[in-house]
Amino acid sequence: MIAYIVRRTLYAVPILIGVNLLTFVLFFVVNTPDDIARSQLGDRRVTVQAIDTWKRSHGYHKPLFFNENASGPGKVTDTVFFDKSVRLFGFDFGRSDSGRDISYDIGQRMWPSLAIAVPTLVVGILVNITFGLVIVFFRGTYIDFWGVVTCVTLLSVSSLFYIIGGQYLLSKLFHLVPISGYDTGVNAFKFLLLPVVVGVISGIGSGTRWYRTLFLEEIGKDYVRTARAKGLSEQVVLFRHVLRNALIPILTGIVVVLPLLFMGSLIVESFFGVPGLGSYTIDAIQRQDFAIVRSMVFLGSVLYIIGLLLTDISYTVVDPRVRLQ
Amino acid sequence: MYRLALLIFCVSISPASFALWNNPYPAAQIEENILYSSFSERPKHLDPVRSYSSDEYAFIAQIYEPPLQYHYLKRPYTLVPLTAVNMPRVTYFGADGSVIPGDAPVNDISFTEYEFQIQPGIQYQPHPALAKNKRGEYLYHSLSREQVSRVHELSDFAQTAARELTAADYAHQIKRMANPQLHSPIAGVMAQYIVGFEALSEEIETVLSGLKEGAFLDLLEFRLEGVTVVDRHTYRIRIRGKYPQFLYWQAMPFFAPIPWEAERFYAQPGLKERNIALDWYPIGTGPFMLTENNPNLRMVMARNPNFHGEHYPATGDETDRSAGLLADKGQPMPFLDSVVYSLEKEAIPRWNKFLQGFYDNSGITSDSFDQAIQFNSQGQAALTAEMRDRGIRLSTAVATSMYYMGFNYLHPVIGGSGERARKLRQAISIAVDFEEYISIFRNGRGVAAHGPIPPGIFGHQQGRAGINPYVYDWVNGRAERKPLGSAKQILREAGYPDGIDDETGKSLVLHFEAIGSGPDEKARLNWIRKQFQKLGIQLIVRATDYNRFREKMLKGKSEIFMWGWNADYPDPENFLFLLYGPNSKAKNNGENASNYVNPEFDRLFEQMKNMENNLQRKTLIDQMVSIVRRDAPWTWGFHPQDFSLQHAWVRNHKPNLMANNTLKYVRIDPKMRATQRQQWNQPILWPLILIGVLLGIGVIPAIFGFHRHEKSTAL
Repeated sequence: MIAYIVRRTLYAVPILIGVNLLTFVLFFVVNTPDDIARSQLGDRRVTVQAIDTWKRSHGYHKPLFFNENASGPGKVTDTVFFDKSVRLFGFDFGRSDSGRDISYDIGQRMWPSLAIAVPTLVVGILVNITFGLVIVFFRGTYIDFWGVVTCVTLLSVSSLFYIIGGQYLLSKLFHLVPISGYDTGVNAFKFLLLPVVVGVISGIGSGTRWYRTLFLEEIGKDYVRTARAKGLSEQVVLFRHVLRNALIPILTGIVVVLPLLFMGSLIVESFFGVPGLGSYTIDAIQRQDFAIVRSMVFLGSVLYIIGLLLTDISYTVVDPRVRLQ
Repeated sequence: MYRLALLIFCVSISPASFALWNNPYPAAQIEENILYSSFSERPKHLDPVRSYSSDEYAFIAQIYEPPLQYHYLKRPYTLVPLTAVNMPRVTYFGADGSVIPGDAPVNDISFTEYEFQIQPGIQYQPHPALAKNKRGEYLYHSLSREQVSRVHELSDFAQTAARELTAADYAHQIKRMANPQLHSPIAGVMAQYIVGFEALSEEIETVLSGLKEGAFLDLLEFRLEGVTVVDRHTYRIRIRGKYPQFLYWQAMPFFAPIPWEAERFYAQPGLKERNIALDWYPIGTGPFMLTENNPNLRMVMARNPNFHGEHYPATGDETDRSAGLLADKGQPMPFLDSVVYSLEKEAIPRWNKFLQGFYDNSGITSDSFDQAIQFNSQGQAALTAEMRDRGIRLSTAVATSMYYMGFNYLHPVIGGSGERARKLRQAISIAVDFEEYISIFRNGRGVAAHGPIPPGIFGHQQGRAGINPYVYDWVNGRAERKPLGSAKQILREAGYPDGIDDETGKSLVLHFEAIGSGPDEKARLNWIRKQFQKLGIQLIVRATDYNRFREKMLKGKSEIFMWGWNADYPDPENFLFLLYGPNSKAKNNGENASNYVNPEFDRLFEQMKNMENNLQRKTLIDQMVSIVRRDAPWTWGFHPQDFSLQHAWVRNHKPNLMANNTLKYVRIDPKMRATQRQQWNQPILWPLILIGVLLGIGVIPAIFGFHRHEKSTAL
């Protein structure tokens, strides 16, 4: 397995170089270094000289990908792309274009993202599995029918609607929780309640449908028939046999998203005023802060690769027949 | 025991005990003298040498104190001393260095010298950079790696101290402006005026090129020729020529003092990596100091214990008196103990929190406009009954800004000083109905402009004398846009009858440079297109992003566009320079976006720009305005009107669009706020109970179904 992990890690290097290159190309198609400088210096009374000085002090004065004036390897290494990329691979994100330390900000902002994402994921899985099992238990009945109808309705609704609806009902109308905001420690609870409830409810439709499908697939298998033939009660069949065997796709589905929980949610964080990494990225895009954008894209890619690797490893854990080579 | 536990439980879950479940602030703050507000954009810089936007000024203007400020109540906007003892003494010098009178011809004045005398005894806020040990050595100017590793925020430094503000601190800040490393946005402007500024910039740049990255640059070792520290509390700034507007800059944070100790302290290795920098942790002498600096969540300012003290203005006009704005005259300021700004990116939660009483003031977005404002039969804005019932007050003020539709003077069809192009622009100016625009797209919040100078700025004229005669007629005591027939007639005279070019026989096609393409923008662009259609002109919209738009403007590749300008200071020069030929954006990267050029206008501008506000200046301004109205390089667009709402417990609020340091004047009644919040935010529990009951009812058939299922036989 170690050889497999090493091989996958090595595969990740060209992927990350590709992602980084793509980020560069896409970003600089719409933003020139002059644009970045202007967005940092402001529009008013900015002189050409000020723009040049800013670019020089932030390393944007060099050619983007190929330096014709340099000699030897310098043609490639003495460029914006090389300068900015090499550090990324050492996880040195450097400073944002506005001067703040990116690693420090990521360290600060990942906790609020996790504070919402983890409970939403855990509670969401429990609720969805429960609903999925209940619907499967009553398969073929009106509960199954209306359950599926409700799920389809729920998953057809935009997540923005849940957020605004949740804020309107629970906070504006019933005054039960703060409409937005965040705090640290125990005080965070009252702020997290609404985004977590909204996150769970907005995920019920798709989650329950997904788990229902998984359970239905399992419930038709021979071992389930055998279990019933042995005289086991339906709840024992469902919880001890069906659920356990359905765990493989459930677990792999969960493991792959685990690293991405750090990255936060753009809309939820924005509407609930949560200072997480989701809003950090969207802010950076709006401000044309390339240093943050490429760092966050790079981090997202690394986390995604880690997620996929963990998924592969988790297969071997939940199903001993699987071996990674 | 059980009964007691039950009682405690019941009490703890009762609504009264959790009064204000939706309170986003700690319950202990309920009656504290704290102002709550919000910010929607994370500030980029809090260093006064770099900050140049209103969202940053909202913080730093309360902390840093330049020598001058705007009088809070007086209109037109008037400069008064802040840390200065008096207004600066101004001396004019001729080319031979001799002192000459201020009313000498502008061209005879080679230098102007401003002498500022600062009040003695003003202290900085407590700050670790100023802390010393018993031997008089700075405690935190030589931090070891280990010390730095224990620091995460500025408050982690145990010791703080203050010292007296000196004239040298002001001189130091001006030198900082010249430091190219700090990227001051006004360095270019100041280099034109302050003697020796450019030379200092070059000298610093040379020194910087020999320094290692991150090494400390001690500005005390540099000399700036145009700035002299006369004594501990007096300094002089010498500028080239005569530039009366220079005083307005002295009311902006760019010219606020920075102690050298702060620069040395923040330059230490390791602090920057923790985002502990002057750009994020200000050190000032103002009424407030930043105590919590989390631009991702919350910014908290507390009363500066060392504040030198200032009294609420004793003078104001009759309107101020009747509005109760003089009730606190002579009272020591600030009135607030603390100010909490929460980051609120979305308009909906921000508005709802205001209605719940958790924000003390609010702007009005289009989404909430109808809920807050209604127009009476005279077209005047008033609060809706819902707002009035809550005791909310409305403040309105016409901004010292303008949004205009510009024509690129370099364009062969729409631009230039020829008669044909001028008439075409004049016809379009009549057809583009900005009164309608204000009504549709700004909910009536704006005033149609008749020229480049907004109300409240010297040179603006109201009434009949102030109308643009090329676009408006004076009818029944008010300005009325000329009928469309006039525009068509002018267009015919221009050689475009019904929008057909009589030279080519083809439809006239013009291009509009638009930014963005969202649904709101689409409606706006359709409206603009229709305005041109009224004349038979085909308008093609070229939508792009802001970067490309800016690039086109810089290259002079645009035809028609919309842009705006917000005044730096209340002087007509700050608006008329937008049309000064040498300021052409395409040619000289200036602020004249339409690249308008008229030698007569330029000549008058050069005469007018450095004059004091007097009759002669007014006459020149009238001539200039008359020229640009005729040439119509812009359709004059509109001056936005700011609407803001305050709860009944907020006192002393008067919109002051020039001053940024206005928090010190504001007073609140925390008891009234606490009562209102209690009244407005009682938790409503019955929906939760109802949901529980419904779920219970829903579960019962399932339970029966389960049992039936369990008892049923397989066959």
